[in-house]
Amino acid sequence: MSKIAKVVLAIAALVAVFAGGAYLGRASKSDMVITSSAGGAEYAGGFKAEGEAAEKVKAAATAGSLKSVAGPPGPHSVVVKDGESILQAVKNAEPGTTIRVMPGTYSETVYIDKDNIRIIGVIEAGRRPVLDGKKQLNDAILYSGNNFVVENLEIRNYKGNGVMGQAGNNFEIRNNVIVDTGVYGIFPQLGQNGVVEHNVVSRIADAAIYIGMSDNVHVAHNEVFDSVAGIEIENSRHAIVENNYVHDNTGGLLAFVTPGLPIKTTQDVIFRHNFVVDNNTKNFGAPGSTVAGIPSGTGILVMAADDVVIEGNLVSNNKVAGIIVTDHGHAANITVDPESEPNSDRVRLLDNVMLNNGYETIPEGKALLLAEGKGGKNLDIIRVGPSPGSCIVNRHQYVTAGVGDFGECDFTHTANVSTYLLPPVPPRKIDISERGKVAFLGICSGCHIYNGRMIGPPVQVIQALYLDNPQGLADYIAQPVKKRPDYPEMPPQDYLDPETRLAVAKYMLAVKN
Amino acid sequence: MRPGPRGDDLSLKSARPVLLACALVIAAAVAAVAVTRSGMRSATAAGDGFVLSDRCPPSFELMAGGTCELRDLYQFYDSLQDRGVGGTRTSLPQHRDGFRPEQIDLGRYLFFDPILSGDSTLSCGSCHRPDRGFADGKPRSIGIHGQDAGRAAPTLWNVAFLQSFFWDARVSSLEAQAQGPLFSPLEMGNEPARLLRSLNSNSSYRRLFRQAFPGGGDAITAAEVYMALAAFQTTLVSLNSRYDRYAHGYAAALTDREIAGLNVFRSFVARCAECHTPPLFTNGQVAVIGAPEPVGHPFDAGAERTFHAAKLRGGFKVPTLRNIARTAPYMHSGAFDTLRETVEFYNKGRGNAVPPGETLYLHWHISSPDLTAAEVGLLVDFLQTLTDETFMPEIPRRVPSGLPPLDNPRGIRS
Repeated sequence: MSKIAKVVLAIAALVAVFAGGAYLGRASKSDMVITSSAGGAEYAGGFKAEGEAAEKVKAAATAGSLKSVAGPPGPHSVVVKDGESILQAVKNAEPGTTIRVMPGTYSETVYIDKDNIRIIGVIEAGRRPVLDGKKQLNDAILYSGNNFVVENLEIRNYKGNGVMGQAGNNFEIRNNVIVDTGVYGIFPQLGQNGVVEHNVVSRIADAAIYIGMSDNVHVAHNEVFDSVAGIEIENSRHAIVENNYVHDNTGGLLAFVTPGLPIKTTQDVIFRHNFVVDNNTKNFGAPGSTVAGIPSGTGILVMAADDVVIEGNLVSNNKVAGIIVTDHGHAANITVDPESEPNSDRVRLLDNVMLNNGYETIPEGKALLLAEGKGGKNLDIIRVGPSPGSCIVNRHQYVTAGVGDFGECDFTHTANVSTYLLPPVPPRKIDISERGKVAFLGICSGCHIYNGRMIGPPVQVIQALYLDNPQGLADYIAQPVKKRPDYPEMPPQDYLDPETRLAVAKYMLAVKN
Repeated sequence: MRPGPRGDDLSLKSARPVLLACALVIAAAVAAVAVTRSGMRSATAAGDGFVLSDRCPPSFELMAGGTCELRDLYQFYDSLQDRGVGGTRTSLPQHRDGFRPEQIDLGRYLFFDPILSGDSTLSCGSCHRPDRGFADGKPRSIGIHGQDAGRAAPTLWNVAFLQSFFWDARVSSLEAQAQGPLFSPLEMGNEPARLLRSLNSNSSYRRLFRQAFPGGGDAITAAEVYMALAAFQTTLVSLNSRYDRYAHGYAAALTDREIAGLNVFRSFVARCAECHTPPLFTNGQVAVIGAPEPVGHPFDAGAERTFHAAKLRGGFKVPTLRNIARTAPYMHSGAFDTLRETVEFYNKGRGNAVPPGETLYLHWHISSPDLTAAEVGLLVDFLQTLTDETFMPEIPRRVPSGLPPLDNPRGIRS
């Protein structure tokens, strides 16, 4: 059941190897390398925006608008008052609408399947609009649209998620108070380019903030507590997690690869300048969940994630360990996936402040310390499983187990990396004539061919009727009427937007075969 | 080139009611069908009357090089890492296309021709029936000599987008897949040498293969057979359901109940969308869900064998839910007759059907969601919105072997 319990078993096996003497010599080496992080080398790795995006990022940094990934607010605005429905406002909204929500209690699931919607709570003298699921509703906010912003809400008592995204790009989730919303507090999934900042999230049965299968994400200035996992970066790339207060969870910060998901890697994650303290809460994760195996008392956990930089965190009073680095091979709670690379490659442990961790660590951790001649000490950092290319700065400061083969890092800070965010990721550009062709082939070609009879009349016949009148044809397909006794009536194609209908009409009238 | 009635195709739609708009209608029009779905016939018709279409099927564009490429509205979107999983407006996974129209049409004849089976009683279409969502309506398929084939026939709709095949994900191409049922003693019961012998001794097929594969040699090869079958199957595209209209931005395409069902579907309480991820409604992965076997049917280790991994014992590929309302019964061996029973299985709690003595590493999303009966009903309603058979191909009335095209000894064909 417990992944880490199985890690523990594996550690026991390792201890047997170490006890054989293979490792003791290295563990006791005495040449101390002291590195000053002040003025040291900067991080050469990590995500770098290219081309036009790089210039825009630079300009945004100068303008102080780095975290505006959803673009500027649109032209429309509505106000929702206590007693009204936020969902109804979303349904009525054109893309480009800001929905201001006044203080009050709203008990509903708000889904957003359109682009450029902003739901902004109005906070009056400390009173926020409250979404209350009453432990009956599943999710509070469910979005799949792009350029989505949600701010200033208080969300409580849902069963699924507080804020859940499915594939929306350019999202901003900011300044929300989220309490006891089920499995996740904030869960953007399968999206690119998003900010999660200044949220206060607590009492969550899995991860308070869970970045799942997403790219280019910034998680900053959040307080997460009383949850099983604080902040989890899973099967995601290019994530910066900084300046968060992560306390009283079972485990604080997690970078995972979970096997069996369609996106296979976690790579390029920076955990920096976070407070990771007192994460000793009893694990109350659901049986079978990935986090159910986290031992209570874990500060930072890296499992199978690559290129994770851990820098400048204050990690204190986590009773099992400050930092655990492990792999799939030592995790029995998760499935296998031949497409998932199981090791935590290139973990970079820069300077961190580690205080009073590992004071009540798992017995096998104690044994591993003992095997390295550090018996009885409080464990700061433990590594089990292969972790090729990893490094650690000023290792002498910590009580470590299993990092003897980590090299010295060739950099000491990531100050040169301000963000992995991008300017709003543009939608795929589709030439309007291309839109007409694709819609014709993807839909209309089931009934119409150029010069023969199928279900509907031939395109040639339609061309003769509408040659100079594409708008007339576009209007007809939206609301067809029965014209030909020997043909069936055409079903309306009003689900296509007017622009697409006109593009289809133009394509049909121009096509030559 | 001459268009014209050929009379060798029978419009399936003329024979049965189909849900979708284009199809509703045909009964009235069938007598007048002049050019079939498969388009014009080339002018090389021989005395046997079999000719291959030189036109791409619906949803395909004929390219300058003479191949057909898929066009669909999801091509307007992107997806993370180009994996084709996400939400409403997300691109599809990478797909197979680029076959010549003649290869596609040849594949259609082969697909429905019982000459492919060891005793000439079964065609591909016997277990992948157009009128049953390209499944067969049976708990498990019935192979040669009436044998239980062990697992349920999966739908072929949208197989172009899959990266692995069979319930246990054991092969990674349609060409490799074709060899499974063809040569399984429990399914079509043929042998490669006999298959090639029977095709090569048929002059119509020899001529049609040369037309479809102009660069090939004199004799029909196995690779050509598999490729033609793959070509046909990749044209079974279903992306115009009412759900799709909703996803593309037309909110009125679904009723309030159906949208509520969609929201249960993608909520993190039910978690359906975590594995049955839009837009294909599968994430293409293997999952151990602990579904039961029908009474009396032995436990199936599934993907454990494929990957030599005990943790995948009882694991199966996540099936697409597109056209799911057409393909009852459900699960890998047909344990459930209805969608409601299937949904209720997930709602009965993690591991509710794991046999005594089995230890399965159940998928982490198999939970105990405690959905209300009303929510179960909403899910079932939503699943009905994934039906689209607009681009149904025609069943040939005759196939080159002269055998009845859909094996139908039991009078199945309506």
